[in-house]
Amino acid sequence: MNPQTLQLICFYAFAFVTVIAALSVITLKNTVHAVLALVLTFFSSACLWMLLEAEFLALALIVVYVGAVMVLFLFVVMMLDIDQEKMREGFVKFLPVGLIVAVVMLVEMLGLIGVRAMHAQVMGANPAVAAGMSNTAWLGQALYTKFLLPFEIAALILTVGVVAAVALTLRERRDARYESPSQQVKVDPRDRVRIVKMAAVRPPAAPVDDNTPQESRP
Amino acid sequence: MADQLINQVLWPLIYILCIVLPLVIAVAMFVYWERKVIGWMHVRLGPNKIGPFGVLQAFADVVKLLIKEVILPTKANRFLYFMAPLLALIPALAAWAVIPFSSKMVLSNANAGILYLLAMTSLGVYGIIIAGWASNSRYALLGAMRSAAQVISYELAMGLCLVCVLVLAGSLNLTDIVNAQAGGKGLFDWFWLPLLPVFVIYFISGVAETNRAPFDMAEGESEIVAGFHVEYSGSAFAIFFLAEYANMILISFLASILFLGGWLSPLQGWIHADAPDWINWIWTGGFIWLFIKAFVMSFLFLWFRATFPRYRYDQIMRLGWKVLIPIAIVWVMVAGCMKFFGWVSIGAGA
Repeated sequence: MNPQTLQLICFYAFAFVTVIAALSVITLKNTVHAVLALVLTFFSSACLWMLLEAEFLALALIVVYVGAVMVLFLFVVMMLDIDQEKMREGFVKFLPVGLIVAVVMLVEMLGLIGVRAMHAQVMGANPAVAAGMSNTAWLGQALYTKFLLPFEIAALILTVGVVAAVALTLRERRDARYESPSQQVKVDPRDRVRIVKMAAVRPPAAPVDDNTPQESRP
Repeated sequence: MADQLINQVLWPLIYILCIVLPLVIAVAMFVYWERKVIGWMHVRLGPNKIGPFGVLQAFADVVKLLIKEVILPTKANRFLYFMAPLLALIPALAAWAVIPFSSKMVLSNANAGILYLLAMTSLGVYGIIIAGWASNSRYALLGAMRSAAQVISYELAMGLCLVCVLVLAGSLNLTDIVNAQAGGKGLFDWFWLPLLPVFVIYFISGVAETNRAPFDMAEGESEIVAGFHVEYSGSAFAIFFLAEYANMILISFLASILFLGGWLSPLQGWIHADAPDWINWIWTGGFIWLFIKAFVMSFLFLWFRATFPRYRYDQIMRLGWKVLIPIAIVWVMVAGCMKFFGWVSIGAGA
């Protein structure tokens, strides 16, 4: 078995899993199962990218999407209490609209593929291999030299997005109690507790009363 | 064909077994060592009944766990309930593929080794979350939620620490990172010195990532019984246990490789004696040094557990987001300056 055949078999295996998982995302009834299917979709896409020798993108996809974004997604979905029957009520009513949107999207995609196929350009050799570098090193070189400005602009947009998200959702609650660690560590024990020295005293002998319950002793 | 099969399939399989089997035994012995050490720190004896000094205690525990009944809670999701321990264990074992034990001993000398490790350690959280959800139990779900938030927060700090190391080493390959720490100044050539704050942050995040005390609020037995694995028993519980300890040992190895020079000797460059191989490793370096370093680092996990009280949820979040991440970000810039202006000679060797 030569490497090309093996690669092809691997490609079809990963592609099959990707498509099946993507289909289950939209068909599974249980939302948590659907999210897990989405995780599988991402993971097998990463495997596909790995086959294409785009190792940095593949691993970044796993670290960022599978490892962080989808965990938060799962976090939210687990908290939802969805009434499945209610969600299905409008299914027939919205089916035609959904179908039209799906068909239009399919036609557009096929058109795009057709147009691209007409201008079919042969892909050059893998630039990383041509430059004699690992994929990650080549990507770093390209991003920080050739594409520095777009890269920085993308970073700026993302930062703005983070700041906006925090600014939109941050609400100071007046009724909640907060504690500030900086104030906590500044506390002087002498302000809080007063230690009083006193001589030991004998408690007065109380009259024994059978009706009062005996105090439990440690 | 048969030749190919042996070379491409059989040998890697044997190598994988050579890593996984000792790892499983190491986990068993580490559990024994943990109980012993914590016993000493509590001024008691620890396990001492089974085998000499109680050494066989861990194996007795394993047998006990394996013959216990696995109980499926009512209305639990059967498939995911049994899937969860595996999802915790597989990434914990898969991560070991790129660990270099010495300059030649590595299963996969991957170019993007660190990224692969980051990807694998970030997958482990799924086992915890799914276990919490599939158990159909309030306590388990609470534990899973806590764990998810915690692991994601500390992954960021951990990632930034790794960035500092990469900047100095100039490579994502773990073997190259260790080689970048070689030099003539002994242990002062390792990354722990220029990256001291990062080293500390990395280890703290590592403790938090593995859900160990004092960051073990995912299982916080005083509040939520045992957290995400409260409904698990028998072998399913044993697998969670195995995954957690394999992760602890992995973090210890990683800390040794990234910051303490991996298999390099702390005496490198100081002694140039000619000696037989079985003495030579003391100054030329070898896998024994890596094991010694990893042992010391893993001892810290136990020491922490016996020393610190558990953090509260908001305290963990504050420590991660407001203390560790800002320091790590600043140190990324410091590391960049170190590299750019040549403030340190380390890393030039790569």
